[in-house]
Amino acid sequence: MTPASSPQDDGAIAEIISAHAHLEGPLLPMLHALQEEFGVIPEAAHAPLCKALTITRAELKGVISFYHDFREKPAGKHVLKICRAEACQSMGGTALAERLLAKLGLDWHGTTPDGKVTVEPVYCLGLCACAPAAMLDEKLIARADDARVEKALSAKNIGVSA
Amino acid sequence: MKIYVPMDSAAKALGADEVAAKLTQEIAARGLEAEIVRNGTRGMIWLEPLVEIEKDGERLAYGPISEDDVTALLDGQIDTLGKVEDIPFFARQTRLTFERCGVIDPLSLADYEAHGGLEGLKRAIGMSQDAIIDEVKTSGLRGRGGAGFPTGIKWDTVRLAHAPQKYIVCNADEGDSGTFADRMIMEGDPFTLIEGMTIAGLGCGATKGYVYTRSEYPDAVAVMQQAIEIARAAGVLGPNVLGCGRAFDMEVRVGAGAYVCGEETSLLNSLEGKRGVVRAKPPLPALEGFLGRPTVVNNVISLATVPVIFAKGAEHYANFGLGRSKGTMPIQIAGNVKFGGLFETAFGMPLGTLVNEVAGGTASGRPVKAVQVGGPLGAYLHTDQFDTPFGYEEFDGQKALIGHAGIVVFDDTADMLSMARFAMEFCAVESCGKCTPCRIGAVRGVETLDRIKEGDASAIPLLEDLCEVMTDGSLCALGGFTPYPVLSALRHFPEEFAPNTAQKEAAE
Ligand SMILES: Cc1cc2nc3c(=O)[nH]c(=O)nc-3n(C[C@H](O)[C@H](O)[C@H](O)COP(=O)(O)O)c2cc1C
Ligand code: SF4
Ligand code: FES
Ligand code: FES
Repeated sequence: MTPASSPQDDGAIAEIISAHAHLEGPLLPMLHALQEEFGVIPEAAHAPLCKALTITRAELKGVISFYHDFREKPAGKHVLKICRAEACQSMGGTALAERLLAKLGLDWHGTTPDGKVTVEPVYCLGLCACAPAAMLDEKLIARADDARVEKALSAKNIGVSA
Repeated sequence: MKIYVPMDSAAKALGADEVAAKLTQEIAARGLEAEIVRNGTRGMIWLEPLVEIEKDGERLAYGPISEDDVTALLDGQIDTLGKVEDIPFFARQTRLTFERCGVIDPLSLADYEAHGGLEGLKRAIGMSQDAIIDEVKTSGLRGRGGAGFPTGIKWDTVRLAHAPQKYIVCNADEGDSGTFADRMIMEGDPFTLIEGMTIAGLGCGATKGYVYTRSEYPDAVAVMQQAIEIARAAGVLGPNVLGCGRAFDMEVRVGAGAYVCGEETSLLNSLEGKRGVVRAKPPLPALEGFLGRPTVVNNVISLATVPVIFAKGAEHYANFGLGRSKGTMPIQIAGNVKFGGLFETAFGMPLGTLVNEVAGGTASGRPVKAVQVGGPLGAYLHTDQFDTPFGYEEFDGQKALIGHAGIVVFDDTADMLSMARFAMEFCAVESCGKCTPCRIGAVRGVETLDRIKEGDASAIPLLEDLCEVMTDGSLCALGGFTPYPVLSALRHFPEEFAPNTAQKEAAE
């Protein structure tokens, strides 16, 4: 469900587009700024983006869908990313991820029913010498274990069942 | 008194911010004359947060320090590790590219200059474009992003191309598991990268640069952006670089979570605001790159090594190394190791020395089983191959690659069939979709490995055929090199793919 856009939203969208229009290759910076503002790439931004960049809707959709970061549906209030890549696997990352997902009752990309947290896979956070690694919003967690991740979650009021 | 607390994201992920906050509080409470400097990391990650206290002309290290250790630290009740330079892991290194990382305040241009920064650029300003390129060629520097292509030759192609606008694009999309050297230098010594890109700009006649990095690296993005502003305000960047009359400026751009965007042509598409689909070559990016204009695409470490080459001379750099692998490589030691971190050394050290001595073996204390070198597209090496010296050709001879020089160690609990399956799964998730062997082949690869796991031995030759098709029929190394980890796991650990063990395990 996409909420109908308000005039304020349209204003913010126009502002973001014009703030980046002078860049060479402005689309990704615009999409990042839109998502930062709205939590998603709002449907209401599609037409003005296409117009500003003289691209088709299909091209725009193609770009948005190509990149794992861009969302068309909002995520939970917080996002927990757990590294699935090899260095983290060598330190028990796979089992850690499975336990955390089970405790939250989620699959990868799932959001808790209260909308508090979405769990996503990430492939390397550059913390491979202190693996396994996770990231809750922008807070990095190295040598992650159940206790450290659950502590970070509860600091955001996210409950974890045993 | 100066107290150094790293702001590197690995140190932060281990509590460095909390340590710094507690120190600030205690310093105020005790009325101490002390300045806290947020430096980069020295690269000994098992000691992070590594705090250094400088007083009476001596800089001593303590670590790992937690928030709860701060009071004792200031009371002088914590034993020092001595000087960082004397810690064996550090003493054994040859730090050229990473000479300043962790030593200085990353955002102090004065500190940077006091430690030899800008010497290389000043020298390059006095040289012709020809001479700049020759210097890079003489150094023997090869691309540190993975392919090992000679940097000087790439620059020359761009220099010779005629176009009103040329670009220097820094590939900072470091997506390989087991690697963090790019991140470390961007967070710990960003001016080195700026200086290297500026020299590249002068050498090739490019006036604009981009650093394309990952959204997974928010700290590196923030530090790079601040460093660029500082460099611009100081006239290092801008219309008149250090007063030489030539222009160079740069920007940071952030990707959006696509591993394949580390591939240079995919990266250029992404920078242009398109899907990160790989482009066929030719045309080479050096001739038709960003917006169709001549473009150097170089890895962070390639570019960040340029200043030391110009400051100390190409010969000095080329004197390090082995055969055609000249200079030093920042090797990133990761995974199941006792001493993980960044180890910069001349090419040539045997893999076994790196794993058993430098890394101290596994963190778990169990025997080493396999080492993946070069990220998710790199081979798994067996301990039988531990004599292999760290070098491009030497690894190639072992059907392996050094890539961006990340080494990930696994102990004997690793399940090699699962690791092979993961390699295929990763390729399927990250494929740009342009070629069938990669896009579809990787999905088939996962299915085939599942059949092998269930005990179907007839699937093994199928897997080998599939790998051959991927190797031969893929446009880029994502599809083309995924067979490295898969086939190396199969070749070196055949018993884990054998139906009897697979069935036995299933029955257990
Ligand atoms: C799938 C894939 C991912 C890559 N990722 C990176 C990367 O993250 N960083 C990088 O510098 N090179 C990466 N490369 C290599 C680049 O295509 C290119 O060779 C490199 O940026 C050239 O710079 P260099 O000569 O300084 O190494 C990747 C290649 C492939 C096929
Ligand atoms: S091998 Fe895979 S990632 Fe590379 S161009 Fe082909 S489909 Fe894209
Ligand atoms: S592999 Fe997990 S942080 Fe690098
Ligand atoms: S992007 Fe070319 S096949 Fe889909």
